Amino acid sequence: MGTMTMAAALNDGLRHALDDDPSVVLLGEDIGQLGGVFRVTDGLQRDFGADRVMDTPLAEAGIMGVAVGLAYRGYRPVVEIQFDGFVYPAVDQLVTQVARIHYRTGGAVTMPITVRIPYGGGIGAVEHHSESPEAYFAHTPGLRVVTCANPQDAHTMIRQAIACDDPVVFFEPKRRYWVKGEVSDELVGALALDRARVVVEGTDVTLAAYGPLVVTARDAALAALDDGLSVEVVDLRSLSPLDLDTLEVSVRKTGRLVVTHEAQRSGGLGAEIAASIVDRCFDVLKAAPVRVTGFDTPYPAAKSEDHFLPDLDRLLDAVDRVMGRAHSLTGWRAS
Amino acid sequence: MLRADVSPSRALRKNKAQTGDLVQLLTPDGVRREDPVYDPVVADVDDEQLTGLYEDMVVVRRFDTEAVALQRQGQLGLWPPLLGQEAAQIGSARALRDDDFVFTSYRENGVAYCRGAQPADLMRVWRGTALAGWDPRSIGMATPQVMIGSQTLHATGYALGCVKDGVDSAVVAYFGDGATSKGDVHEAMVFAASFQAPVVFFCQNNQWAISEPVGLQAQRPIADRAPGLGIPSIRVDGNDVLAVMAATRVALDRARRGDGPTFIEAVTYRMGPHTTSDDPTRYVDPADKELWAAKDPIARLEKFLTIPDDRVADITSKADAFATAMREACYALPDPEPLSVFDHVLVEPTPDLIRQRSQYAAYLEMFEGGEG
Repeated sequence: MGTMTMAAALNDGLRHALDDDPSVVLLGEDIGQLGGVFRVTDGLQRDFGADRVMDTPLAEAGIMGVAVGLAYRGYRPVVEIQFDGFVYPAVDQLVTQVARIHYRTGGAVTMPITVRIPYGGGIGAVEHHSESPEAYFAHTPGLRVVTCANPQDAHTMIRQAIACDDPVVFFEPKRRYWVKGEVSDELVGALALDRARVVVEGTDVTLAAYGPLVVTARDAALAALDDGLSVEVVDLRSLSPLDLDTLEVSVRKTGRLVVTHEAQRSGGLGAEIAASIVDRCFDVLKAAPVRVTGFDTPYPAAKSEDHFLPDLDRLLDAVDRVMGRAHSLTGWRAS
Repeated sequence: MLRADVSPSRALRKNKAQTGDLVQLLTPDGVRREDPVYDPVVADVDDEQLTGLYEDMVVVRRFDTEAVALQRQGQLGLWPPLLGQEAAQIGSARALRDDDFVFTSYRENGVAYCRGAQPADLMRVWRGTALAGWDPRSIGMATPQVMIGSQTLHATGYALGCVKDGVDSAVVAYFGDGATSKGDVHEAMVFAASFQAPVVFFCQNNQWAISEPVGLQAQRPIADRAPGLGIPSIRVDGNDVLAVMAATRVALDRARRGDGPTFIEAVTYRMGPHTTSDDPTRYVDPADKELWAAKDPIARLEKFLTIPDDRVADITSKADAFATAMREACYALPDPEPLSVFDHVLVEPTPDLIRQRSQYAAYLEMFEGGEG
């Protein structure tokens, strides 16, 4: 299909899903006439009608709860939460209902709901528009949590998520919406929704990243070559469940793990990944896994976000650390 | 007949949530009141049908009482009695068609009975052997909701699905007076009004949210909340089974005709505790309860109808039989298999959950081996 941005790939993936299955219904704020604030749903209401691409009242809990009722009736709702920080009113419905109804009913009622959430920082936004709340959902049994890092995965994964009979929280890295890439609409042979992918092969360090930081991690791997280091980058793609098998194969090869995310550190996915890898690979680890994450602060004001967000240099610093090379904390003492 | 507009005089009225005109067709003394608006709606309900509603209420009160006893005897973990609310539940649920769907709170065991829940179905959740009593689609009733008010949104979404499917099925959301303070209930009404969803918001105002009187939730009649959102409402005597049925029929008819949502406030009283864990003597005024006892839904039908003795005996024996079957079903419910705790988290279990399951199985086997 050629080259397109991630936003356009998502739009086309949604279009395919609407075409493929009449039970697919999109709900969200400003997704109709406007096409969404990021234009991800541009033109879909025009082409599929207001019955299937529904502008809703401005109430996230309402959107999520109505999606539950539609799923009860046999529909396959795709909910758009306009920004990451707006999801919290919907968390009640998501955690106490969407995630549990299949379990509650002993498998009698499925909740094939996809919740699209543009997430992450780096766009100079005001408060509540740059958050990374994925750990809350990864901590919740009954939800699948995934995130795409390139246009091809955006196109494929959104279709897989919508076709999945489980609820899927689909995080879209909003600062990569305009990154372009080749996109094919072939689903056959595509990597499964719950699998990670090695995107750069290497032998010295495994660098696990997802969503917006996969691009950063690839850049870091390229830069590390100049220092004579071979960094393997794993795009996790699925945050719940984690594809620990793929990660284990990589760490068994490299013996070292750096994991990075924009989200705050404490209780985050990095901790879960590090603990799981130590559990599985203790015998081959040459260094303690290192996390490169946002700080344990609320997301800061736009002019401070470059300090908060992991970047190429912080990733390289962590690579030096697990390699036992001089790094920013060499000789560091708590003051 | 519908409280679609809010007049200035009403807005100025000071007497809080207890006031307002009630639709009532049978007085507490069993006298049939004429009502030019609602009489035609229930013109077909003859003495035989009324006796059927009476039977339902007697059966429901009987098994509800049995369930309380089962809890007191340690057989159930908890039970939320519906004593006093039989007419509100039976009158509304018997107005439904099989293809309609209901989303309820945990107290609507009378509704569940009408929808076709079997004795064992009513026991599972409260005995703690399952999180749901039945397959929701098999009886057109969702798993009763424990979270307050969440189900009103589900009802609205389901109703939108009915419209998309081009059917004239309707949906009823059951909830209490306390739930009307929740954001979800408000949002459900906003969505239902915006999309004209065929949903009936059926509020049983039983005067209490555990220990909090309705006056803490609302400074006006609960039924007055809906018109501001563009939803007409009806305030009905919730202890009058005929009036409840009439009001529900009006609302369902509006839904089926494409006229959108209706809000019904069934004014009733929770004669028992919130649940078997509650102690209402700490907050209920016995005199208040006496006043409501005089409005009992079953007693008023007994005053109005002349039911032959043999029919009364039949009804009593049917009620006893259901209660006995429920008790036996309760005893017979098997404890879940230990490893079933891992089932149905997702449609396909994740590799890590399979791992946890298998590790826990190995752990259990260690004990079995040790004891053997």
